[in-house]
Amino acid sequence: MADILSIEHLNVALKKAPSKLLVKDASFKLASGKTTCIVGESGSGKSLTALTIMGLLSNQLIATGRVLFNGVDLTTLDNKAMQKIRGAQIGMIFQEPMTSLNPVLTVGFQIGEVLTAHQALKGDALKASVARLLTQVGIPETRANSYPDELSGGQRQRVMVAMSIACEPALLIADEPTTALDVTVQAQILTLLDELKSRMNMAMLFITHDFGVVSDIADDVVVMFRGEIVEAGPKAQVLGNPQHPYTKALLDCVPDAAGKKELKPIDYAWLNHHALNNSEVSA
Amino acid sequence: MQTASADVVLEAKNLVKHYKQRTGGFGLKHTTIKALDDVSIELKQGSTLAVVGESGSGKSTLARCLLQLHPFESGEVLFHGQSLTQLDSAGLRKARKNLQMVFQDPFASLNPRMRVGEIVCEGLVIHGLGNASERLQKVQQMLERVGLNADDVKKYPHQFSGGQRQRIGIARALVLEPEVVVCDEPVSALDVSVQAQILLLLKALQKEMKLSYIFITHDLRVVRHIADDIVVMNKGKIVEQGMVEAIYQSPKQDYTRDLLKAIPGQK
Repeated sequence: MADILSIEHLNVALKKAPSKLLVKDASFKLASGKTTCIVGESGSGKSLTALTIMGLLSNQLIATGRVLFNGVDLTTLDNKAMQKIRGAQIGMIFQEPMTSLNPVLTVGFQIGEVLTAHQALKGDALKASVARLLTQVGIPETRANSYPDELSGGQRQRVMVAMSIACEPALLIADEPTTALDVTVQAQILTLLDELKSRMNMAMLFITHDFGVVSDIADDVVVMFRGEIVEAGPKAQVLGNPQHPYTKALLDCVPDAAGKKELKPIDYAWLNHHALNNSEVSA
Repeated sequence: MQTASADVVLEAKNLVKHYKQRTGGFGLKHTTIKALDDVSIELKQGSTLAVVGESGSGKSTLARCLLQLHPFESGEVLFHGQSLTQLDSAGLRKARKNLQMVFQDPFASLNPRMRVGEIVCEGLVIHGLGNASERLQKVQQMLERVGLNADDVKKYPHQFSGGQRQRIGIARALVLEPEVVVCDEPVSALDVSVQAQILLLLKALQKEMKLSYIFITHDLRVVRHIADDIVVMNKGKIVEQGMVEAIYQSPKQDYTRDLLKAIPGQK
């Protein structure tokens, strides 16, 4: 099987209201060396899907369905087994580089922590690995002794990238990793992630709401709306010839750099009436 | 002072703004950061001037200095040729009726303890416009104009989504029928679908109310859709300015080229 990750009929709901599904029957697959982008608006369930894969769902929520990673169903694993996979075989990068690093520890220590936990590295070997990782993400290795507040936003996100790839994971989950960054810095981080992905033959699950980013880095695209996958397929097909009315509508409200296109906001009432009922019937 | 041409509504001349930053020695040493370094801009009547740049480029500082919300070292701001810098506080308050602002964060810029009606009405009260029932009517009309309901005056900000809150922020600015609205990243915090709604709303209101916009943003895709003229800032300086089409098609400066090249979705 070439698929490293396979999500099958994933449902996520609040424990208190199990009938209201926040993620509804989501299924998709991810192959090594490929990037899949999940796009959708806030509340569409894209981050919940990622958190479920990582086993980081809040205990207020409940997930059903299967998350097969290398053939193992992650939802059946206990916390201890999951901890061994998290950070080692599955890496994760979050949106906010400011809040996801500990402000009172040096970045070198925080990158090292991953290696100590999963590979029991110590002393000089640890130092050397941290230095190598920093260089890999384009930060001078002398910066290992810096604290997060001494780094720029882009550098902090590079540190996050270094942490997430420290154990050479087979799958990298990136949840809006460039949303908080300037465009020029965003372009650098995207290039970096793309290079690392190819070099390490990682599978990347990239969550974003920016279609520009999708068209730059995705191989496959999954479009989510109100907890449901409304369309999925290769990038050229989803962006170039969208089938679902919601995908079309979402693409219509993205401003293009050429300024040629007329912006059209989504007519949700129309969607509710026509598109969604049909899709539920056909799905 | 006279303005160069009659159709310039707001003009900044040679603005300089410094921030002092503590650099150790228990905060006894300072370095000076030039947030605005000799910045001059002109906003034409009924047009939109976009100010673009990365974080730290000084674009938000410029917005605040234009509205006299920050003191600055030197330079002046002219509104219809009248220097705002020389006005006393009463005169400035009067001028502010015509100079309004829409903020970036629709969650932080609305007082959570005030009802929407009070938030939108506050400016009318401060400027002593109309009696209570006239004000209420005006507020309700404005809310409907920005796509909310007249009944929403009784609700609190937390009862609204991000996009709806940004509409409240717009209603608050426009209820005074200003001439100039400074929009500081008004759509950056919003989903792309909501962003499109708000951009179209701002465009329609501009036509209807003959507004002039200063539009601060880091998103060059948005600029192309809303702006007539553009100012590119880097490290407190204007690196390039001109008409939108000209700058997008033939940028003169390397920095502008880098910014345009970094727009995602061009590969």
